[in-house]
Amino acid sequence: MTLDTHVYLLIGFTLALALVLRLLALPQPLLQLNPDWVLLVVIYWCLTFPERFGIGSAWLTGLWVDAATGPLLGQHALIYALAAYCCVRFHTRLRVFPLSQQLPLILLFLLSAQLLLFCLEALRGRPLLSWSYWLPCVTGTLAWPLVLTGCGFLKRRHLPTL
Amino acid sequence: MALKFIFTRGPSLETRLMLCLILSGLLMVADHRGQAFGLRTFLTVAAYPVQWLAAAPVRLGDWAGEWLTIHRELVAENRRLHRQVAELKRRTLKYEALRKENDRLRAFLDKSFKLGEQMLVAELVAVDLVPYEHRVLINKGSHLGVHVGQPVLSVDGVVGQVVRVTPISAEVLLITDPSHAIPVQVNRNGLRAIALGTGDINRLALPNLPNNVDVRPGDLLVTSGLGGVFPQGYPVGVVTEVASQPDKHFAQIQARPLAALDRIREVLITWTHDGSQPFLPGDADSRPAASHDS
Repeated sequence: MTLDTHVYLLIGFTLALALVLRLLALPQPLLQLNPDWVLLVVIYWCLTFPERFGIGSAWLTGLWVDAATGPLLGQHALIYALAAYCCVRFHTRLRVFPLSQQLPLILLFLLSAQLLLFCLEALRGRPLLSWSYWLPCVTGTLAWPLVLTGCGFLKRRHLPTL
Repeated sequence: MALKFIFTRGPSLETRLMLCLILSGLLMVADHRGQAFGLRTFLTVAAYPVQWLAAAPVRLGDWAGEWLTIHRELVAENRRLHRQVAELKRRTLKYEALRKENDRLRAFLDKSFKLGEQMLVAELVAVDLVPYEHRVLINKGSHLGVHVGQPVLSVDGVVGQVVRVTPISAEVLLITDPSHAIPVQVNRNGLRAIALGTGDINRLALPNLPNNVDVRPGDLLVTSGLGGVFPQGYPVGVVTEVASQPDKHFAQIQARPLAALDRIREVLITWTHDGSQPFLPGDADSRPAASHDS
């Protein structure tokens, strides 16, 4: 196996794991807190391997999430592509930020993603039901260190040369 | 790594982003109009293993629970079920006679009334696909003849209707989804109404009924059969609250769905129209649960 296939296998595995976490059957109150794990992992790989995992891959991932979660094809694809663009464009800066500076930026990313999703839903005529709609952004920010250590561990373990 | 990135050829980042945005826009419009069907089916099938995995902990819990149930409980449950079967058998005897009589009377009135329908048992694969939308995924699809618009029931009452099918799975919109409406009838007096989903898993709303309407808490709501999607006479919910609002045109009436929508594991897909039938595979375990000629 070449190094590249190794990288793509690892990326695919983490994305699948993130989607499982996203869809995990949780009790109702916890479900409202469940963050968008896939977006976090997409951000991680965009920052880590911007030359391998970029806008196109993020878009395809979004399409996959759309198919799994349902309402409209292209919603998540659009959001993930935008997030990937920001990450790839500024990856040289974002990567060297300490965690204390990364966290507010992640919160900003997640909030913008949720806002975009809200706009797209509103276009389809679905009203916002409650304030808890915005909670996953906060839990997502708190989950970022987890994603960072988890994916970082897998990367060091399986791709020690990169 | 950074150097490699700078010298990669190909379209610029902005061009790629524009391309993706345009593609997403086109897809959203196409999907909204229901024209992206083939692509959606392909992608949904690709996502099925992940959905199956995500629901695995619940299945594992069920399985472990079944294994760890102690002998005494099993015996007690067995006894209870025996009693229940005896009771149901007695009722069926009566029901058969009543059905004959009903058919005869209906024949006098020259009206058709169907109670017997083809059913197929399906299991839930994933719940809560999207927050704030009540949709669930079930494990029977178009290869067994499941089609869009089919009513889905549980043993307690109406669950929802099929809104999307792929060859191996189908998506069911629950009656409590905010975009769902079901025509109902108050069983006590035959009053017709529409029960709307509220987005709350155990609440339905009956808007547009006048303040002096004859509905009381505890009234059973059954499907009225109007609208042609749901068969007539299945229980939908029980009225929980009737608040007349003298300053408004309509009373505020709420009901609780009878099917435990947040706890069901198995549902019954129903065939009500004459033309369509489930395609049965050779094995016996997924035969229709009940079939009557009517």
